[in-house]
Amino acid sequence: MTIFELFSYGFMQRALLAGTLIGVLCAVLGVFLVLRRLSLIGDGLAHITFGSVALALFAGLQGAAMLLVSLPVVLLASLGILKLAGKARLGGDAAIGIVSSVGVSLGVLLAVLGRGYGVDLFSYLFGSILAISQAELLVAGGLFVTVLALLWLYYNDLVALTFNEELAAVSGIKVRFLNGLLAALTALTVVLAMKLVGVMLISALLILPASAALQVARGFRMTVILSVLFSLVSVVGGIVVSFLLNLPSGATIILLAFVIFCGAYLFRQLQTVKNKS
Amino acid sequence: MQELIRVEQLTCCHGAVEALSEISFSVAAGDYLGIVGPNGSGKSTLVRALLGLMPAYQGQISLFGQSRDCFSGWERLGYLPQNLGPLNPAFPATVFEVVQLGLLAGKALPKRLCRHDRKQVQDMLELLGIDHLQRRMIGELSGGQQQRVMLARALVNNPELLIMDEPTAALDPEIRDRFYELVAQMNKDKGTTVLLVTHDTGTIGQYASRMLYLDKKVLFFGSFDEFCHSPEMSAFFGEHSQHLICHRH
Repeated sequence: MTIFELFSYGFMQRALLAGTLIGVLCAVLGVFLVLRRLSLIGDGLAHITFGSVALALFAGLQGAAMLLVSLPVVLLASLGILKLAGKARLGGDAAIGIVSSVGVSLGVLLAVLGRGYGVDLFSYLFGSILAISQAELLVAGGLFVTVLALLWLYYNDLVALTFNEELAAVSGIKVRFLNGLLAALTALTVVLAMKLVGVMLISALLILPASAALQVARGFRMTVILSVLFSLVSVVGGIVVSFLLNLPSGATIILLAFVIFCGAYLFRQLQTVKNKS
Repeated sequence: MQELIRVEQLTCCHGAVEALSEISFSVAAGDYLGIVGPNGSGKSTLVRALLGLMPAYQGQISLFGQSRDCFSGWERLGYLPQNLGPLNPAFPATVFEVVQLGLLAGKALPKRLCRHDRKQVQDMLELLGIDHLQRRMIGELSGGQQQRVMLARALVNNPELLIMDEPTAALDPEIRDRFYELVAQMNKDKGTTVLLVTHDTGTIGQYASRMLYLDKKVLFFGSFDEFCHSPEMSAFFGEHSQHLICHRH
């Protein structure tokens, strides 16, 4: 099969388009989350997504309609994590731990109660981007535009917040609002990424491209650009390779992202040695 | 003269421990106020309360005539903290990008920076003699260089009020003297009001016009001349220490 033939399939075009949209969002958000040491919020919200998918399947919903359950549940959970961390004298890690374990427990419980949708649930655990429908692609496109517009609007505020929260506050930046916004945008992105790489691997898509960019970039803007580039190479490359070699797409994408991270890390080490000599 | 800061009967607590008790003072436009006092005397707590970084307090704080709780004129104010605290050494911003952040206050969303803003950043870097560092990553710099970058960030917006908390702690003596001279020059030439927290009582007397001596309460507030001629302060500090502060040694 030639590359041209590969791209002529409708399902492959949809997968690549959706993957590109989700990859860009994860890459940009990932830079802020990794630098703010909030990477695990992606993992926690992914576990909540698992519970929300189980809930949607339990309610008899399928395809894009499942987002009607997942989106509000995960959004509420993201705000719940912030509230717990702020009000219940807990660290952010403990708040994430509590909310995510509730999500997984809910998912397991509903999976047992609603026997018969085990295979569907499994596809959400590990992703099935090649099976993305037209309706799901449209929803992904809408959410992509929303999240990217908000990131564009608050980009400089988010950079200032990430650099130093107190200095940001003294610049008149609404720190509490921005923290909530970042959590909400992460929630939307995690729900989208569930179809691409699956609940188990979402946090890797948030962390790996950003971490690879941090190895080699010289400046914040360049970090964001490189993170997007690395993410797109991982997603597009992962989808194509997984199709050609008949491998699971989510795992292939993440392993490719890890290879890129290793390459960036080695590049940085070589640069350090070169600068010393 | 316009009053930029007014503090009345301010009391702040860290948990059950009172860090500041019934503090009252005011700062007029053009003042250079040195806030001094021993460790744990509440100097940094006072700065944090002024800037809204310590939400729970009793008493009244107003900035530029506005209650602190609804203060919105952040572009009129520059802040230089004691150190960068938990700055991630891997933070990927260049010196230029960090100084740019000082221009965000007062801008409307999406807060994009124009050519004039970039020129302003360039000029400030040149003024502080750090333009050669502009493409370096902030995490690669020494403590003293980082502090000068943070000063550039605080000054780039030409603030009317500059609040600094132990800004010279990481600086070597030569750079520290240049730092004090630069701030004094801004106070004199541009009329920038300065509020400076310091341990460096020996040096601050050369530059500040007024002094606030804190030890959880206000022990002294007034001009340096008043401080140096105060029999109460002589009795409190001992003549030798008072003379060191007043540079009569």
